[in-house]
Amino acid sequence: MSVFDGLKFRRVYSPIHNLDPRIKFIYVCAIFVAAIIFWELLPLIILFLIQVPFVILAGVQRQWLRSMRGAAFLATIIFSTNFIFSFIGAGYVDPAYYLEYASAMTLRFIVLIESFSVFFLTTSPDHLGLALEQTRIPYEFCFAFTTAVRFVPVLAEEAQTIMDAQKARGLELERGNFLKRIRNYIPILIPLIVSAIRRSLELAEAMESRAWGATENRTNLYVLKMHRGDFVLIAVTILILAVAIYIRLFFGIPSLNELLGSFS
Amino acid sequence: MIEAKNVYFTYPNDVEALKGVSLTIKNGEFVAIMGENGAGKTTLVKHFNGLLKPTTGTVHIDGVNTTKVSVATLARNVGFVFQNPDHQLFSETVEEEIAFALKNFGFKEKIIKRRLTWALNLLDLTKYRKTSPFMLSGGERKRVALASVLAWNPKILMLDEPTIGQDYRQKEKLLQFILQMKAQRKTVIIVTHDVEFVAECSPRILLMRKGRIVADGEARKVLTNPEILTQASIVPPQITQIFLQLSDFQLPKEVIDVYKAREKLLNLLEAKAK
Repeated sequence: MSVFDGLKFRRVYSPIHNLDPRIKFIYVCAIFVAAIIFWELLPLIILFLIQVPFVILAGVQRQWLRSMRGAAFLATIIFSTNFIFSFIGAGYVDPAYYLEYASAMTLRFIVLIESFSVFFLTTSPDHLGLALEQTRIPYEFCFAFTTAVRFVPVLAEEAQTIMDAQKARGLELERGNFLKRIRNYIPILIPLIVSAIRRSLELAEAMESRAWGATENRTNLYVLKMHRGDFVLIAVTILILAVAIYIRLFFGIPSLNELLGSFS
Repeated sequence: MIEAKNVYFTYPNDVEALKGVSLTIKNGEFVAIMGENGAGKTTLVKHFNGLLKPTTGTVHIDGVNTTKVSVATLARNVGFVFQNPDHQLFSETVEEEIAFALKNFGFKEKIIKRRLTWALNLLDLTKYRKTSPFMLSGGERKRVALASVLAWNPKILMLDEPTIGQDYRQKEKLLQFILQMKAQRKTVIIVTHDVEFVAECSPRILLMRKGRIVADGEARKVLTNPEILTQASIVPPQITQIFLQLSDFQLPKEVIDVYKAREKLLNLLEAKAK
């Protein structure tokens, strides 16, 4: 579950938190694209390192590290499958090359997780909703999205309470074989689902009695405005993307093996 | 017997919910734990069936240290009815819901049937035997939750906010039921905000504030002490408020129930008439 810890927003203030979420999202997408167009290890390492200053500026190192640790398991799978299959496919030759290839694929995944994690760690659900709204996405969708995000911790807490309640009635989650253990979760899942549905119906009623959808044009208490930092970020984003595409098109990227080889 | 010694408890998010709680609850006692929201009441009772283990300090239930045994083992003797019944109901019928715990504890088929009928009768649920618990009203669901715990006949019964959402008649029944448990020498612990209900059943009161026990004594003493009650954000029962305000007329201050109040007022009127 620690992967999700890396996506949980905590209310702190930093230059990164104050950035316009739309620009942050564009930045994440740019990193995403850059990570996809390279399959060599060297540029991916650079992409990984570019984001470290963001994490430090935002002051979310601890949570970020936790999400990285959460991603470690998937990263291991990606690494081993990539290595094993490409190595076998190539007929057991040149392990160093395939080792580098597998590392690059893994690092690509880590870069994606890293950038998304920075985005979600530094963007409040309210900000996100506001950003969606101001990009002219219908309010119903924005509302559904932000509500879903906001209720995740509530649901997690409720799951804990339900677990306690069933344990207090003698349920032992860890008992029995594999199938039995899965079945042990039925008394947890049903109340969780039922109360989530109940809660959503209640929320709908409460929203409607507070004039939800009464007017076409809603106004907002806060309006997103671009600040200097946002222009800097957009410049950085364009720069990263332009450099990445330029290098991709006009340069041959040496592999780490070749580089090391040329030194020895 | 429940024995807590200098219990401190800190939640994973660094909230210190209990700060040195020590208490003893003897078998057959009837205790109400009261206090403002976030005072640590529920946290405390969750220590009694092992759902939470003290960060420091110890909790013993009948001499057994709660850190040494599983919740299921403790639950056999300590029944805990949660505040919100929706956190536990999941079966297709009321009957199955009540049998759930009995099966977990490994009761025999014959005993399960007998206890089931007994619990359904006790809480007036026999007519809903085959109904889905989700179709019942809030108050009824609460009774199903209570029945599902009573069914295994635990020695210690803990009820978290049992009066919420119950009408007067159900509260009256709850009171009768608690008195019945008391007569059977069972320990009953309720966590509640309902001063009027507490005044009516007059238990031993543990008053909590910010993770500490600030008062421990009979209802008649605690509920008539405005200073202590204000600390814990509790208003005295209405009848007590009247008597506190009328204290100039030589009326006693320690009155929490209507019958006693009537008697005192009649005495006063008679004295005036003479």
